[in-house]
Amino acid sequence: MNNTKIFFISFLIILLIPIKSFGLIEVDITRGNLTPLPVAVSPLSINEKSRKSFKELLKKENIGLEISSIVENNLRTSGLFNPLNKDAFLQAPDIANLKPRFEDWSLIKAQALITGKVSFIDDKLRVEFRLWDILAGKEMMALAFTTVPNNWRRVGHIISDKVYERLTGEKGYFDTRIIYVAEEGPKTKRIKKLAIMDQDGANNKFLTLGNELVLTPRFNPTSQMVTYLSYFRNLPRVYLLDIETGMQEVVGDFPGMTFAPRFSPNGKKIIMSFAKDGKSDIYTMDLENRIVERITNHPSIDTSPSYSPDGKYIAFNSDRSGYQQIYVMNSDGRKVKRISFGTGIYGTPVWSPRGDLIAFTKLHKGKFYIGVMRTDGSGERLLTENFYQEAPSWSPNGRVLIFYRETKTDEKGDGFSAKLWSIDLTGYNERRVETPTDGSDPSWSSLLSN
Amino acid sequence: MNRSLIESSVLHLFIIIITAMSLPFLSKKAIDLPPIISVELIQITEKTNIPFAPKAKKIIEEIKKKEKKLVSEQAPPKKVKKKKPDAVPMPEDKVKKVEKIKDDKQNPEKIDNEVKQVSEFEKDELFDPNNVAALIDKSKEETAEMINNPDKVTQDQDKNLENTGLSLSEEDALKAQIFGCWSIPLGLPYNENLLVRIKLELKPDGSVIKSEILDHARMNRPGQAFYKVLAESALRAVKLCQPLRVPSTGYERWKELQLNFDAREMLEG
Repeated sequence: MNNTKIFFISFLIILLIPIKSFGLIEVDITRGNLTPLPVAVSPLSINEKSRKSFKELLKKENIGLEISSIVENNLRTSGLFNPLNKDAFLQAPDIANLKPRFEDWSLIKAQALITGKVSFIDDKLRVEFRLWDILAGKEMMALAFTTVPNNWRRVGHIISDKVYERLTGEKGYFDTRIIYVAEEGPKTKRIKKLAIMDQDGANNKFLTLGNELVLTPRFNPTSQMVTYLSYFRNLPRVYLLDIETGMQEVVGDFPGMTFAPRFSPNGKKIIMSFAKDGKSDIYTMDLENRIVERITNHPSIDTSPSYSPDGKYIAFNSDRSGYQQIYVMNSDGRKVKRISFGTGIYGTPVWSPRGDLIAFTKLHKGKFYIGVMRTDGSGERLLTENFYQEAPSWSPNGRVLIFYRETKTDEKGDGFSAKLWSIDLTGYNERRVETPTDGSDPSWSSLLSN
Repeated sequence: MNRSLIESSVLHLFIIIITAMSLPFLSKKAIDLPPIISVELIQITEKTNIPFAPKAKKIIEEIKKKEKKLVSEQAPPKKVKKKKPDAVPMPEDKVKKVEKIKDDKQNPEKIDNEVKQVSEFEKDELFDPNNVAALIDKSKEETAEMINNPDKVTQDQDKNLENTGLSLSEEDALKAQIFGCWSIPLGLPYNENLLVRIKLELKPDGSVIKSEILDHARMNRPGQAFYKVLAESALRAVKLCQPLRVPSTGYERWKELQLNFDAREMLEG
């Protein structure tokens, strides 16, 4: 027998020998925790010269600390992050920004670290910031901004947005503003002004004087334009207001009861409801040629229209089934379909900017609820319950809702108040949004830095 | 010439002998049928669930207590219960989930079923009326095979058990540990595939030598930015948890481990 035969026979024998091998063990992890992510926000480092320049200009002792406090506050209010106490930080801000000692930060259980540097260069504010993954020991993001020093708060909001986006996978909502109706005085003689503020309550400004009743301000989703309703000589008027320039124009006088004008997703139309020929229907108005088009034509009361973000559908409420319920139709008014079937009265549907949910107000057994449902009406979830609350408005990322809540008046007619509140989609993170006066009808802007 | 002839004859003879030995119809011996044994099918639980001696009972209760502790460790992090008509994760659901794990771990009925399956398999080897029928009637072959399928499944399950290498309690301990370490990013889209597979190379003490994301390419695909966030959160969980709670024996089996992180169940609530 030659070598080739031996080789072949050996080969066949080897093939026949059973080889025992272990498959790769797989373990499915289908649960985790939803506790806020521990994050360390180190004060932004600043050299002495820059610190003094900013102190003179902005009357702030340490602008680096101020900016980091804004970031910290934003991350905390989102409910998704747990900013750690600065007293526990072991590393100085200037060194941490260059090369953090990851062991020191993991010792205080931080999973992410934000460091940065502020400087005063050519009368401008320059901010560098870095986001570090402590456990992986690597830099996740590094960005720098240059702006006029007065914009320092916005820099804090932009940093918060970038961090939020990098760690959660969706866009932030911190560099935004909220327009609302500021209210003062007793319930029977309320003075209502249009007011605007940053989403964290800072930079509050009144836009009208309060001599006319203002209602339902709504932001244009594509610009800093607002539409609202105001009564002029007891007639409802729809206005457009450019926040940047302060220019205001009347869109038109409308007959009878007019409700809640709202922009279309591209900002070229407004949609609203008004009473005509003894019935309330939904109409759109083209802002360029001012042509009004009737969308619904039904003997019932159709109000509160809201476009889907792609502009193909409109959600609205109608009492055509006997009780007020939420309906969805094509943007031309065809294929009307009822989507709310729960017990109670449903109203003010607002389509999420993500397109996946519709927020609504529900009245059931004397209580008001703010809830969300899918666009086909399934998966209804009630997020919050109270004596009186309504007018939900979405944050631009579709994760948080802002609305207002009223308290009961006592027997003397005192004790009435209206406050702004926010709640996220989990229903757990409910917060008061501080305003200098009472507030109602809030509307959230799109991101300013887009 | 002669030599070749002899060689050829020997070879042919060898082939004929082999053929004759291996073809059963050539050996026409009378089949020696074994006497028919009647088999009575009984529930083993009736025999095995006998009352325990007092001492044994104590020991079993102690073991049960220990395992209960293990179950409680797997409970999801406690949330502040809010009085709300319809909040997302209902606390009741969580209680149910814990109970479910308990079922997996120690359910007397389930263990009985396993025992039952094995015993029936053994019985089938001894005597299977359907198989006999199939031998006689070819048309019954398919039915017989179908009836035997459950046994095949049992064998596969056994095989899987051997391959997974981790017992249920070992797997549960590891899962419970990682559940606590994994902070799920809440901004993930609900309607996407949210599965991240991570292959780990482990030291005998459970610390991680190397971790590798198996679908790495997906991270850089357009529109999949969320996947990077998810994958990073899974890697953070592994790093935060190490050394992992691995079994004290059988290092060869689990020195390489694959963790499949799936956030969908949590996010859909």
